[in-house]
Amino acid sequence: MNIVVLVKQVFDTEAKIVLSSNTQISADGVTQIMNPYDENAVEAALQLKEAQGGEVIVVSMGSQKAVEALRTALAMGADRAVLVDDPALIETDEFTAAQVLAKAISTQNYDLILSGKVAIDGQSSQVPARIAEILGIPHANVVTKMEIKDGKAEVTREIDGGIEIIEMPLPAVVTAQKSLNDPRYPSVPGIMKAKKKELKTLSLADLGLSADEVASKMAVLEYSLPPARQAGRLVQGDPAQAASELASLLHSEAKVI
Amino acid sequence: MSKGIWVVVEQAQGSIRKVSLELLSAGAKLAAEKGEELAAVILGSGIGNLAGEAGQYGADKVFVADDAKLADYSTGAYTSVLAKLINENEPNLVLFGNTAVGKDLAPRVAQRAGAGLASDCTAMAADDAAFVTFSRPLYAGKVNAKVASPAARPIMATIRPNSFPVVESPKTPEVVNVAVSVDAADLRAILKEVIMQASGRVPLTEATIIVSGGRGMKAPENFSILEDLADVLGAAVGASRAAVDSGLRDYEFQVGQTGKTVSPVLYIACGISGAIQHLAGMFSSQVIVAINKDPEANIFTVADYGIVGDLFEIVPLLTEECKKIKA
Amino acid sequence: MNFELTEDQNMMRAMVRKFAEEQCLPGLEERDEKEEFSRALFDQMGELGLTGIVFPEEYGGVDGDYISYAIAVEELSRVDASVGVTLSAHVSLGSYPIYKFGTHEQKLKYLKPLAEGKALGAFGLTENMAGSDASGTRTMYVADGDSWVINGSKIFITNAYYADTYVVFAQSDRSKGHRGISAFIIEKGTPGFTFGKKEKKLGIRSSATYELVFEDCRIPKENLLGEEGQGFKIAMKTLDGGRIGIASQALGIAQGAYEAGLKYAKERVQFGKPIAEQQNTQFVLADMATQIEAARLLIYQAGYLDSAGKPFGKQSAMAKLYASEVAMWVTTKAVQMFGGYGYTREYPVERMMRDAKITEIYEGTSEVQRIVISAAVLKEF
Repeated sequence: MNIVVLVKQVFDTEAKIVLSSNTQISADGVTQIMNPYDENAVEAALQLKEAQGGEVIVVSMGSQKAVEALRTALAMGADRAVLVDDPALIETDEFTAAQVLAKAISTQNYDLILSGKVAIDGQSSQVPARIAEILGIPHANVVTKMEIKDGKAEVTREIDGGIEIIEMPLPAVVTAQKSLNDPRYPSVPGIMKAKKKELKTLSLADLGLSADEVASKMAVLEYSLPPARQAGRLVQGDPAQAASELASLLHSEAKVI
Repeated sequence: MSKGIWVVVEQAQGSIRKVSLELLSAGAKLAAEKGEELAAVILGSGIGNLAGEAGQYGADKVFVADDAKLADYSTGAYTSVLAKLINENEPNLVLFGNTAVGKDLAPRVAQRAGAGLASDCTAMAADDAAFVTFSRPLYAGKVNAKVASPAARPIMATIRPNSFPVVESPKTPEVVNVAVSVDAADLRAILKEVIMQASGRVPLTEATIIVSGGRGMKAPENFSILEDLADVLGAAVGASRAAVDSGLRDYEFQVGQTGKTVSPVLYIACGISGAIQHLAGMFSSQVIVAINKDPEANIFTVADYGIVGDLFEIVPLLTEECKKIKA
Repeated sequence: MNFELTEDQNMMRAMVRKFAEEQCLPGLEERDEKEEFSRALFDQMGELGLTGIVFPEEYGGVDGDYISYAIAVEELSRVDASVGVTLSAHVSLGSYPIYKFGTHEQKLKYLKPLAEGKALGAFGLTENMAGSDASGTRTMYVADGDSWVINGSKIFITNAYYADTYVVFAQSDRSKGHRGISAFIIEKGTPGFTFGKKEKKLGIRSSATYELVFEDCRIPKENLLGEEGQGFKIAMKTLDGGRIGIASQALGIAQGAYEAGLKYAKERVQFGKPIAEQQNTQFVLADMATQIEAARLLIYQAGYLDSAGKPFGKQSAMAKLYASEVAMWVTTKAVQMFGGYGYTREYPVERMMRDAKITEIYEGTSEVQRIVISAAVLKEF
């Protein structure tokens, strides 16, 4: 059972966003972490490996900053890592990321590809499904339960208002919901072993890709910070008065109930 | 020559989902501005009657792919049918709801059509150069990006529910029946079972009103007072990460950067301090109400209306007041 | 000279911080309120390898360094000082003397499970008549056939009751003063070994603090640690290292209070602007940040010397003295910054201030640290 896990280094959820220009989000001084849902994907891969043997390969696309996410995954127990880092990949969209990552994955032996259901920075939830499409294999998103046996994956995934159970032949792409598992912390021995594990950095040329082939479809024209919300009105009075006043404000002033 | 603005319509229990009506309404407006035709695409089984409903909201044309194979949503079959239709008709723009189906289907279709896709957009504007631009919140709303697909066609986008009003503009649409054929390769994933939740509540991401509780709820059973209020308002019940981490509520109800991102018309935050990661998930709500006993709580800095006090006293009173208004 | 942490040390910090925020933070207030020790959190620390950082692999450790260990205690204490001291007392006091002075057999039998976090360790030195002056030890031992028989009691023992393995100091002949003291390894459950009262404390309330009681407690001969009469040296050497742990605990508390203060200062509006925009607050924050950084450097220096096998007693005493006084100062200022709210349990700084005080007292009071430091500097000239 060889498992590829896609991981991404993202801003910590507590990070404040500062723009260095209207087309640039500043990363200065921002704590970065492995995308939280990717931790669930890594955990799922490690559990499968522990149960069925095989290898866990973590793959990321990004600058050298992404090395931290890969090292963290290695410290959790992944076997080796592949990073695609190329100056042509600084501004990319999901189309580009999927083309590049699919190519990197196709150089590996894989039975299963896992990733988080969404990256909390760009939050587009596109790349895994696009990769599945490029590789010509099925995918299942937002998975809360997964069982792998006899060359098949049986997964439970969240849909609006319920769940559904899907069976797919391997190889397949599965994206992890938080409730899939409780990701382990990298242990101290794991951290110490991580630096001895292979971490290969590849450029577009190494993958046999040209920048044109993978050029973005979408472009960011401008970033802007949402207008600050003004603190509104404190409704005064004893609890009964305040509740009554609030209900009538919501009804007649805000007109929302 | 690309033409047309398409809305991929979702249906549930024999009628069009509200988010799809929002997209048809917004699509009709954009189509008028751009001088384009608005088409609805409906996939399913026994759904022919929905074409008329789509027309009510401005569809000039309705593609109906009515086939037993499409009775339940399946990524493969839906991708197969939709991608073929897109390749044959070359629309300029294809819109999906940013729902479970939209999020699952749109990337796969976009990849097959060689298209860019703007996910989870909250606004859309006609543009001379790029046809259309979208606004999409990133980092759970801490920053907005204005994005466009300058050259590639079709352009695709998924639109967050509650981003546009539903507006009727009745038309008698031309109905095009689509011959359904699904590639074998697209039928490898088999749907074994669908289990819908018993709860009659609207899903968080689609709710127009959300009543949410934080660590201040203190115990899981105390959420019943929020449920009582939600029942009166027809609202969904959410929770902050602090409440979920403390075991007060299940993760599926978590609102915030690592939970659900919502933008209801009214968001009532009870006992929620307002950590940045929570605010990120509900910041775009139209009206925010905060009830918290700590006057310094960060949530008050974003609330339109606030009450400083004990939520266990105030929420039940508010429920009674809302009952009077509804009655 | 290199002031950068290694990649491993940075990853360790990130891991322990995450662990502390996700596992120690929930339930923290309740544990403090109810004075509840969490064995589950200790077990998790064991699984993560935090209990074995400074010990060799042969004895269940991970062959790490003292700076990594200091970082671990700091990050735990930044969130929960009680969990911080649990680890510090376990490693520096409960496990270290066995590592440093134990036989190979003792290390296999006792250190290995301690380093692996399968057993919890404690250290029994203090008595009601022997606090800062350990030579006043009145717990007595006598040889009797194949055994030692121990009588007496120990007070203020961190991790006691829950701990499985205790390093206990006893006196053979009070006229010999500190030369009559020997160290023993005593297992929980040994007949004649019981626990007295649980201390009700001002701070670090969810760390366990009990009295140990020995009544004709008979232990096997091989459980003597080191040689007879070497106990005082073992205790002093152990406390040298222990100071790095407590200094790190103090640093963590200070860091936690500083961060809470910083966040609050940006949110709290008085006289029309956030208090962070008022100069008196800014100066307090500047002093907090500076002192914390200075304490950190002293601790890392002591940790570096310890890892390098160089003398570090003076530096660890300086680190402990300074960091604990910084912790007290920073937490007191943080409470002041929060005003009335700071004095209530709605905010964490009140607990941090209570937790900080003990760092000036245990494992050598500030006064004792000054004795150690002055003795060292006077000897240098």
